[in-house]
This record gives sequence, structure tokens and C-alpha cells, in this order.
Amino acid sequence: MRMFYKTLRTAIHAMRRNVMRSILTTLGIIIGIAAVIAIMEIGQGSSSAIQARIASMGANTLMVFPGQAASGGISWGVGSVMSLTPLDAETIAKDCPDAAYVAPTVRGKGQVIYGNRNWVPMQTTGTTPEFMHIREWPVSEGDFFTDRDVRNSSKVCVIGQTLKRELFGDEAPVGKELRVQNVSFRVVGVLERKGANMMGMDQDDILLAPWTTVKYRLSGSGSSAAPSSSGSSSAASNAVNSLNGLYPSSSVKLYADISAIQAADTPMPVRFANVDQIIVATRSSSAIPSAMKEITQVLRERHRLKGDDPDDFQIRDMTEMTNTLTATTGMVTMLLLCVAMISLVVGGVGIMNIMLVSVTERTREIGLRMAVGARGMDILFQFLIESVLLCLVGGSLGILIGRGASMLVTKLAGWPVQASVTAIILAVSVSVVVGVVFGFYPAWKASRLDPIEALRYE
Amino acid sequence: MDLIRLNNIVKTYYLGEVDVPVLKGVSLAIGRGEMVALMGVSGSGKSTLMNILGCLDTPTSGEFWLDGQEVSKLSRDQRAGVRNRMLGFVFQSFNLLPRTSALENVMMPLNYSRNGWSDREARARAVKLLELVGLGDRMHHYSSQLSGGQQQRVAIARALVNEPSVLFADEPTGNLDSKTSEEVLRMFQKLNAEEGITILLVTHDAAVAGHAKRTIHIRDGMIANGLHEEGTAGAGEAVQADAAGKTGVKP
Repeated sequence: MRMFYKTLRTAIHAMRRNVMRSILTTLGIIIGIAAVIAIMEIGQGSSSAIQARIASMGANTLMVFPGQAASGGISWGVGSVMSLTPLDAETIAKDCPDAAYVAPTVRGKGQVIYGNRNWVPMQTTGTTPEFMHIREWPVSEGDFFTDRDVRNSSKVCVIGQTLKRELFGDEAPVGKELRVQNVSFRVVGVLERKGANMMGMDQDDILLAPWTTVKYRLSGSGSSAAPSSSGSSSAASNAVNSLNGLYPSSSVKLYADISAIQAADTPMPVRFANVDQIIVATRSSSAIPSAMKEITQVLRERHRLKGDDPDDFQIRDMTEMTNTLTATTGMVTMLLLCVAMISLVVGGVGIMNIMLVSVTERTREIGLRMAVGARGMDILFQFLIESVLLCLVGGSLGILIGRGASMLVTKLAGWPVQASVTAIILAVSVSVVVGVVFGFYPAWKASRLDPIEALRYE
Repeated sequence: MDLIRLNNIVKTYYLGEVDVPVLKGVSLAIGRGEMVALMGVSGSGKSTLMNILGCLDTPTSGEFWLDGQEVSKLSRDQRAGVRNRMLGFVFQSFNLLPRTSALENVMMPLNYSRNGWSDREARARAVKLLELVGLGDRMHHYSSQLSGGQQQRVAIARALVNEPSVLFADEPTGNLDSKTSEEVLRMFQKLNAEEGITILLVTHDAAVAGHAKRTIHIRDGMIANGLHEEGTAGAGEAVQADAAGKTGVKP
């Protein structure tokens, strides 16, 4: 320890003796580390911007479908039982910390009429305002409908760009009334253009309304009988609803009445209604696995499934998109790392260069130190510590300059920048490693000098 | 007991095909408290002998007893330790660290000492030595701000800082004018007389060698004589080396 302190002092002294050379030596490392920090911060900023973009395509979206029914060994496919309720959605939102937004959806179908034009949108979907956040799909005109509209099953809708073009042409649609299956809806907002999805389906060909409205006011929502389509889980409730007219009422029953004995045995709450699907946005794409676990747990509990009962629902994630996201992020990170490595190697070679010059220049000093009793190790450590110190000082300056540069970039160019503690830790440790690696050869060379030759060196 | 005893030291350099014998069997003894001049023309092998005596180099064969320890077979690092504990060096070209104060120059060898000098002790010792060589008022000057004689006196203080058994001075006056040379040589004599430090002067200059109590002449890698020129009760005597089978090849 004492020896180390003495060697450290000697090294600092040697550096102070030649300030200009020390500065020039560190310059390479300063620039290298500054570049690393700036690139990492700007790069991470852009990377998260890219991630956010991809996430808006739905990469961190989970979809919960009702499970499948089977009778006599014949499966009826996904959605053939009606096991999901709006309360499930509310409970997921409340109890799953990894779920950021949750929205139940109900599918409808039907011709939309405005004036003398008509159109059958690809999707007629009933949902809640959370949908807007899950799909990251803001409105360009007007507003999204509200929770209050959902509670009241108001006859309002938000339409996509395609629907707007087909029905309204150049007219402003907000505030206009259109009709879907003879129910009149007021247009409160128009969604931004989203374009086709990965399968080529036009996503703008859409009509969004409160799910209560679609479920209870639109007759014929859920177009066909259960076995024929996976999207028809609301067929049964339609049968009830169509008798019931336009308003939801307490008389809606999804299941047949149970006997008193059955009721005593299984105190199941009567479900108010079922939904076709629940979509969930996780906090981040990395939270998808944990969110899936949490949702499974919550739903199994709510559905009172015993230990080995099969799930009566299915959760799907966007594997393809998630993979794209991971690959993109990985590639950007690799790219940044490569650039950083190159600049650090250049800085390291600079250090080695000047250290070699310094060893040559100080040959006599080394000879003298050896003559008065410095061992090879002492000389080795002196030069090694010198180069590590230079790198550390250069690294610290580089961090400051790099941070300054990235702040400047934010100010001037408005690029997204993300301060990165990892980058700083990395930079410091890398500068130490560079100091050791590139300082070793000159230091070793110095320690192998023959004191007689060194003292005679001119 | 003799401080330094050489037994039949041979040093041969191998330059490719040709063997160049530089020392051809040197035996000598130097006692504690002596002041000896090692004289010879250039090429006589005196620098090689000096390097071996200074533990900077190892002989090809022969024995070297330094203060009762056989040091000719030691490793590099062990020799560094011996140099640090027992030897002090003064060079022709001073070899002070540039842009470093006289005080720190003097303290420098203690950085490598295993004796655990504390900073305070090291500083006190360096101050004492600088006062001894008459530079008490120049301790904080850089070496470039000192004259040649002053620089050499700093170098002497540096050589003494680790309390060496022997002080080697290799042409200590080679870069100095005659007046300063005289001062420096008097300094050596004073150190020898008052502090009892054993001093070995290497020189080619008879006038310089005249300041020593005894002169050893080296000629063609052998000792030419070992007269006690000032007739001190010298403990050592230089022994004419047996140069059997050696031709007088000059390196």
C-alpha cells in the first residue's frame, strides 16, 4: 500500500513535470470517451424513439381472447366460449402492474350510411378510450369518446381516415350524424392516418364506438353463429339483445338460470356481459412476459379455475413485432458499440505512442532510478500507473465534454437524448482498461531496460 | 573484514562470433573507510569493473563479496535491492531529474527503499544532506537553476541519502571546470574523512586520482598496481591478477 502510494506520487509528479505532453497524451482518450458518451446518449435517445415508434405499431400489445369450447371431441376454436367480461378488463387494469392500458373490445359489423353514401367498414369496434393509448393512435380532428360515453352507451363514434374519405369526401365529419344499421351515431373525432398493417389490411377503414353502444344498440353485432367464426362470441348475447331492443337492461342474462342447489354450490356472480377480446398495452416491450403471467393469474382467479383446470382464455403477443423490436434495438446498440470501440482503440494507440516516446525520452531517468535501486516492477508500475492515470483523467474530461456535446445537440438539433449511467460507468472502466492494455507495452519496455545502457543513453 | 573483495573476476562480452574479454581476472580488496581511485585509460576495462562493483552488471566468472555477501550471482531485482541498501552513485552527467526540486531529487531513492522511511524522515534526511553539501539554501531550486558544481553536489547528497556502504563516483568531475572540480573533490575528501564514507572514484585523470588515498591502475583488463600512494594504514591490498593464458587483446 505504502509502495503503491509512493509509486502513485512518482507518477503524478512525472505527469506534472511535463504538462503539455500529458495533455497531448490524454487528448486521444478525451476525444474517444467524449465520442462514446455523446454517441451513446444520442444513440440511446434515438433508439428509444425508434422503440416507441415500433411500439406504436403494437409491439407491446397483448390480446386476451376467450377460450375454446369443445363438444364430443370437436373443438370450436378460439372465442367459442364467452368467458371474458368487462370486469375482467377492469381487474387487469387494477391488479396487473405491468399492464399500462387495458381496453375491452366488442366487434360489430354493418353498413354505415351518411347522406347518399354508404360504406361497409372493415372493422366496427366497440371499446373504451384506452384504445387510443394502446394503439398509440391519436385523433386528428375532434376528440375521442369518453368513459362517460361508455357508461351511458352514448351514440357517438370516431372514424378512420378511409371511412371519412368514403363517406364525407371533403366535408368536415365532426359533429355529423351517420347511421349504422339504423342507429344514428354522432361523429366526435377522426383518427389519424395509420395506413395498412403488416398483413396489408387497411387500418384506417374503421369505426370506433363505446363498447356498450356496439354491444347493446347495434343489432347484429357479432355476425354469425359461434362455431363458424372465431369472432362471433357475442352471438348468443345478440340473441338476447335483439329481443330486448336498444337499451341494456338488468334482464339481460348470458346463462340459463341455475337451480337453487346449483346456486348454493357455486356462488358465481352473474356476469353482466361478455366482450370479444381484451387488449392490453404493457409498460414496455420487455414487460410482456411478466404481464402475461400477471394476466393469467388474475383471470384464473376471477374465473375461479382450480389448480389443473385449463385456462378458459388465451393471451397472444405480437411475437413478430417484438422480435423486430429486439433485433432493431440490438443492431443499433451493436453499431454504437462498434463506433465507440474504434474511437477508444484509436485513443489507446495514441496513449501507447506517446508513452513509448516518453519512455525513450526518459531512458536516462529510468537508468538512474534503476541504479538507485528501483526494481523492474517498480518501473513497470510507475509507467503503468502513469498511463492509467492519464486515461482516467482523460476519461473524466471526456465524460464532461461528451455530456456537453449531447446537451448541445439536444439544444440545437432537437434530437432525443437520454443520459446514460451505463455509458459513464462503461467509459470509466474502459479508459482504465485502455490505460492498462496500451500502457503495458511501454511500461514493460521501460522495466526491461539495462541500467548501464540506459544511463549511457544520449 | 574487507568491504569489497573481488576474486579473479572475468568479464567477457560475446559480440556475435568474437569473444571480447574485457576483464581478465581481477582480484582486489577495499576496506571500510577507504578512498580509492580506479584509474585507467579508456578501453582499459575500468568502466566494466565499475559496473560490476556497482552491482549494475554481473561478472562472467569470479566472486564478488560486498560487505560479507556474495553478490555476483544475484538476480536483477536482488541486485537492485543491494544497490538501494548499500550503494550510492555519482555520475559524470549528474543525472538529476528535470523540473524537479533539489530536495525531491535527493529524496527520490528512498521511494524504492524497503526500510520504510516515512515522508517526514525522508525529508529531514534530505534536508540534512543538502546542508552537508552546502546547498541548504537551494533546496527548492530546480536542477536547471543550479550550476554544474551545485548539481553535482545535489547528486552527491542523493547518493548518500540511503546511507550507503560505498559511494561510487564515475568521472564525477568530467563535466566540471577545474575550480568546481576541486570543490567537488574536496567534498569527497571531507565526506571520507569526517563521515567515514568509503569512496571509489573512477577516473582517467591523474590529478583527480591524486585526491584519493590509494590508486588502483587498470590496464588491459588487469590490475597494474595497487600502491598505497598516501601510505594510509589501508586495510586492503590490490592483488596482481593472474593473467594466465591471456593475450593482451584490447576490447
